[in-house]
Amino acid sequence: MINKLMATPAQAVADIFDGATVMIGGFGESGSPIELIHALIDHGAKNLTVINNNTGSGHVGLAALIENGQVGKMICSFPRTANSTVFPDLYRAGKIVLELVPQGTLAERIRAGGAGIPAFYTATSVGTPLADGKKHEIFDGREYVQELGLKADFALIKSLQADRLGNLRYNKTARNFAPIMAMAANCTIVQSQEYVEAGAIDPEIVVTPGIFVDRIVTVKQPAQESKLVAAGVSYP
Amino acid sequence: MSSPVTNSKPTDSQHEQKQTFGWSREQMAQKAAQDIPDGAYVNLGIGIPEKVARYVPKGREVIYHTENGLLGMGPTPDEDDIDFELINAGKKPVSAIAGAAYFHHADSFAMIRGKHIDICVLGAMQVSQKGDLANWSTGAADAIPAVGGAMDLVAGVKTIFVITQHTTKQGDAKLLENCSYPLTGQGVVSRIYTDLAVIKVTERGFEIVELAPGVDFDYVQQRTACELIRP
Repeated sequence: MINKLMATPAQAVADIFDGATVMIGGFGESGSPIELIHALIDHGAKNLTVINNNTGSGHVGLAALIENGQVGKMICSFPRTANSTVFPDLYRAGKIVLELVPQGTLAERIRAGGAGIPAFYTATSVGTPLADGKKHEIFDGREYVQELGLKADFALIKSLQADRLGNLRYNKTARNFAPIMAMAANCTIVQSQEYVEAGAIDPEIVVTPGIFVDRIVTVKQPAQESKLVAAGVSYP
Repeated sequence: MSSPVTNSKPTDSQHEQKQTFGWSREQMAQKAAQDIPDGAYVNLGIGIPEKVARYVPKGREVIYHTENGLLGMGPTPDEDDIDFELINAGKKPVSAIAGAAYFHHADSFAMIRGKHIDICVLGAMQVSQKGDLANWSTGAADAIPAVGGAMDLVAGVKTIFVITQHTTKQGDAKLLENCSYPLTGQGVVSRIYTDLAVIKVTERGFEIVELAPGVDFDYVQQRTACELIRP
């Protein structure tokens, strides 16, 4: 019988290896799987390539993972955020690599990676420094740039509801990158506020079908990043 | 029917003052709002562009898209109704109107890249007379580069409006023959709303559509680093 449920966040991230590529859901704090990120800090895997839209804030969650020296490279669209000093300091010191990707291109690269599409063309970034060195092609008189699909060893995401088979629903704009990251990772790990029996989610409103989900851990009341930052909390 | 976003009354003190010279930020937003037609799907950038929603004329129904995954964005909620998982692209709490929809990032940028969004209003560091936009980086060596969705928006949205002060705080021209900063997109801007004028980007260059009160053509020309076309 299929059983994706894990007892703790620690157990769910235990096999993330040094050098792994890890997609982490969230747009700022919205949708950020903070308990899974903290478990990854406890676990200690190093030299990770992390894919997220941002680089975290304060000294918790993604910012704490970076501050702990576990991230060698960030692939993101907007590494500057309010209360974000960890990444900028390391970047200026040359201690972390940045691959800057336009937000929509980042999303499509992840979607393509999960859909078995190795590359695609987009007009986004044509004529800008972000298109330098990339293959260009003209279709119907307009110039496009080639972008590559992105895949990952692991994805860490957050959901509102997960059923036993891994079908997911999200909360409002916390959905952001989670459904496409779930598709693009070899092993997708979900922290869900609710865990329900198969059949409890109407198939008509499943957002992420369970085939894209490997592990589920229940976190009933996830911490809110901005509250931790406001309280001056540092992890660990 | 008007969108709930338009219901909030302007409260900015600048709006209360009667300006006799140039336009205030509120008035620039107001000018841009007049050019948003009924039924438009609109994406508003962070900063002055956000103010545009307050001034869309009554009787026009406008649907706001925010690229983090919401179509049908409503105004800032009351303190009690704030959900930190319901935010806009500027990561500020918002509300969802009746008939709103949530979606993931790839779908959200398909709306943008696929030319489904009608108008996007953005800020600018520089605009060239060919409609090139620079609004993400000064290219300074020590700057942390950050682009977000700006390049996707200008490449994909049908019509791009820019709201910006006519010059920098130091008085340097922001409207130029060629941008010196790294571009966000080439030939993408249609209309510019500054504190001095409304300007149309044409094949022949910048054409003045309307001058702000107390401002004449020569005054605007002196503060623009390329030749302007008279109205």
